[in-house]
Amino acid sequence: MTDTASPETRELDALVIRFAGDSGDGMQLTGERFSSASALLGNDLATLPDFPAEIRAPAGTVLGVSAFQIQVADHDIMTPGDAPNVLVAMNPAALKSELHRLEIGGTIIANEDAFEDRNLAKAGYDENPLTDGSLANYTLFTVPMTSITKRACEDLGVKPRDAERSKNFFALGLVSWLYNRPVEPTMDWIDKKFGSRELVAAANVAAFKAGHAFGETAELFDSRYAVRAAPHAPGTYTNIDGNTALSWGLVAAGRQAKLPLFLGSYPITPASDILHELSARKNFGVRTLQAEDEIAAVCSAIGASFGGHIGLTTTSGPGVALKSEAIGLALSLELPLVIIDIQRGGPSTGLPTKTEASDLMLAMYGRHGDAPLPIVAAYRPSQCFDAAIEAVRIALKYRTPVILLSDGYLANGSEPWKLPDVDSLPDISTTFATETNATDDDGNPVFEPYLRDDDTLARPWAIPGTAELMHRIGGLEKQSGSGNISYDPANHEEMTRIRQAKVDRIAEDLDPIEVDTAGPADVLVLSWGSTWGACKGALRRLRAEGRSADHVHLVHLNPFPNDLGEILRRYETVLVPEMNTGQLVDLVRAKYLVDAKSITKVRGVPFTAGEIKNVIMEALDD
Amino acid sequence: MTDTTIDVPETTKADWSSDQEVRWCPGCGDYSILTAVQMMMPDLGVRREDTVFISGIGCAARFPYYMNTYGMHGIHGRAPAIATGLALARPDLDVWVVGGDGDMLSIGGNHLIHALRRNVNLKILLFNNQIYGLTKGQYSPTSEIGKITKSSPIGSIDEPFNPISVALGAEATFVARTHDMDRKHMMETFRRAWEHKGAAFVEVYQNCNVFNDGAFGAITKKDKRASMLIDLTHGEPITFDDGAKGVTMGADGRLRIVETADVNASDLLVHDETREDPSLAFALSRIASGPFMPTPVGVFRSVDRPEYATEVSRQLAYAQETSGPGDLHALLHSRPTWEVT
Ligand SMILES: Cc1ncc(C[n+]2csc(CCOP(=O)(O)OP(=O)(O)O)c2C)c(N)n1
Ligand code: SF4
Repeated sequence: MTDTASPETRELDALVIRFAGDSGDGMQLTGERFSSASALLGNDLATLPDFPAEIRAPAGTVLGVSAFQIQVADHDIMTPGDAPNVLVAMNPAALKSELHRLEIGGTIIANEDAFEDRNLAKAGYDENPLTDGSLANYTLFTVPMTSITKRACEDLGVKPRDAERSKNFFALGLVSWLYNRPVEPTMDWIDKKFGSRELVAAANVAAFKAGHAFGETAELFDSRYAVRAAPHAPGTYTNIDGNTALSWGLVAAGRQAKLPLFLGSYPITPASDILHELSARKNFGVRTLQAEDEIAAVCSAIGASFGGHIGLTTTSGPGVALKSEAIGLALSLELPLVIIDIQRGGPSTGLPTKTEASDLMLAMYGRHGDAPLPIVAAYRPSQCFDAAIEAVRIALKYRTPVILLSDGYLANGSEPWKLPDVDSLPDISTTFATETNATDDDGNPVFEPYLRDDDTLARPWAIPGTAELMHRIGGLEKQSGSGNISYDPANHEEMTRIRQAKVDRIAEDLDPIEVDTAGPADVLVLSWGSTWGACKGALRRLRAEGRSADHVHLVHLNPFPNDLGEILRRYETVLVPEMNTGQLVDLVRAKYLVDAKSITKVRGVPFTAGEIKNVIMEALDD
Repeated sequence: MTDTTIDVPETTKADWSSDQEVRWCPGCGDYSILTAVQMMMPDLGVRREDTVFISGIGCAARFPYYMNTYGMHGIHGRAPAIATGLALARPDLDVWVVGGDGDMLSIGGNHLIHALRRNVNLKILLFNNQIYGLTKGQYSPTSEIGKITKSSPIGSIDEPFNPISVALGAEATFVARTHDMDRKHMMETFRRAWEHKGAAFVEVYQNCNVFNDGAFGAITKKDKRASMLIDLTHGEPITFDDGAKGVTMGADGRLRIVETADVNASDLLVHDETREDPSLAFALSRIASGPFMPTPVGVFRSVDRPEYATEVSRQLAYAQETSGPGDLHALLHSRPTWEVT
């Protein structure tokens, strides 16, 4: 691994690479390792894991292709890139399914060994694309990855089949050489991960080194590339994915609220990792229950909230659908509760491993009765941390369930994150009721569980164990104040309106909207959720070309910030890009009567900055 | 509980009764169950504010409103799940669950069996009236085959659940049955349930005099009880009808009701509620296929198994011991980091 004979290194400002192979080939791992090494190098980066729903689709088929895209850059970026510059194809199926994404003129690094008749047939190729000239528009490198890997492992005593499994590390080694990624982090990682399984560790190390050496010696490549560190603000950084950031945000929220966390959850893709992460945080006093189903999950969280814990439940769209009756109960009980929906393609089981942001209407209206709930949406992997704290803050302050929306792209995607100083996190602590708050007709002190705080309209949170404040609550309509069951028509109307007013009040807390502007503009892009990155990237490119459009990104989707209407009305054109068929646009049109235009994409993959830029250009040129 | 009993103020039934007007149909069996619970609570030496009643939906599920304790009237079938969360968050509380047969065996069947399986410290009272009361008289999962109701005009064809068998099958550590016509028996059974550490399941035969009047009359009427109720007493031979009848196990392994005069005293089955193996308790639960034949009441099973919240707390303590108390700063820095200066 010396540099002596290396070809000259050329600087790139950004690189988009896509690893693709069979789902058994370890492409997610390869991508993650490449990301980690790049993060440690100081690059900015964004990743997009893209894997099939089947744990093991038939090997070698297009259905079974698992891919991982990453953009690394020497400047701050917001997306995993539009089109890859490099495609690593471990077999014909990977080439078949991913080639259309590669930029024309891009580089293909293909595992030559896998392009034999059976695999070609499985992928639906009549001719070998590596040799039939069909890839003339690309720079093609064919590398016999499998056979070199096997040879590298020969003397280790590893069975040939096990040796073959390490070929993803060969690919990683080769690409690491080509793009000057540091070697040590990967070696350390292999050591930690497989330490006890020596043969596996040795095979992976050997494969990685063989890949690296191949780059060095094969004289295939006439240059190496480097992407310099991005000019990040000073601080300590880590590479974080959305689900981990969200989990840590919840842990932080518990700390800042000085209350224990209780998570009731039922496994579902792509939310399960939050259950996993929080289950490993028992030393923070986090209680996790893997419930029998989503209904039990949310109900157990409601029980815990009744007892004075921060009740949490994590799921994806199908789970939210099951939970909706219980969420209505929590809303009627006016207890804090955070429902986390990591959205995925729907309806029904839909596209479990693909991203979509189509549960906004479910979050907004997916309950019977007039049942308004605050909605907070995360917008980038690292910001899931803050979004989690914000959701808990609202739940505690207003004594209400809150829906926190993330999506599969944020959940699994990662990026560098400047770690916050824990002492600078907001205080979101709340108080339990300890004293009676009213008197009965005879002048005796009593506790009225539905007597409200004037500012927040929140009711007192009196937890079992508190003498003198015993009360009974339930889903039946309650008399305002006393909380006794009431079927009085006027009272029901009053309570319904108070529940709405309480949610509306939250807008008073919100900071004024920040409009991202670069001068006078007629077009506003209004976005929510993970579309943030593509919008920001689009604007940057547009402005680089001297054109101008503004951007508003919403974190709070219910209630909307108070100044949203006024801002929207300032623009001739409002564009609303969404990974659904137009949900925010409907809400905005209905509420503000503005003629906002919908830009939609429901393909299980995020918008690219280029796509959004194009629609803005069209609007500008209209 | 024992070391705190001294400073628990003495209470009476009235202290446990809330100011809410009880609104069951006149004559409903729920009244006598409520009275039995309210009369039993002062005996337990617990604080009202440390006691919580959680219910689902149904006539039975109105119960928490009438208890002067903390309470939550939940949603249909989900009380065991809500109560599980509360019991895990607050092991210091006494958590009771109340529901009907539709509530806990139909819509909530899943939650019931999992609360029992986990052995959450809940006292679960299932009021079985073999009918849906609140929705006005449809057949329930305990209704007998052939039951004519508004939703089964030609008779129900659904095989009924035997709640005691269900509970035993769900690995419940405490399983008992009582009925609304015998306050003393109810109070004793509820007290036993409360004393049990873990999930305690009590089936209460409850008369719905509006939609299923007299469903249990054949066995619970005062003049029928001696000959139709088989009182299970731990350590005693299982006999009834003033000792005239008893229960034996045949060579084929089946339980049989016999005339005690016809068998040796040593052939009579001796009730052992602490048997780890639930198969005999299960067999006992199936002596009668419905409340028309001699039916066992009392405690079928009472065994020790780790209580869920205790295990949860133990794991939290273990995690703190091994990883140290949670430190957010350390957590944030637990993945590979790098410095930018
Ligand atoms: C989700 C849902 N489904 C249905 C109902 C209607 N419902 C209320 S109580 C009940 C059955 C009550 O029967 P049971 O649990 O036996 O209690 P009882 O009224 O007999 O005490 C039904 C079906 C409901 N409230 N919620
Ligand atoms: S309907 Fe039946 S169970 Fe319900 S209150 Fe009336 S008598 Fe009782």
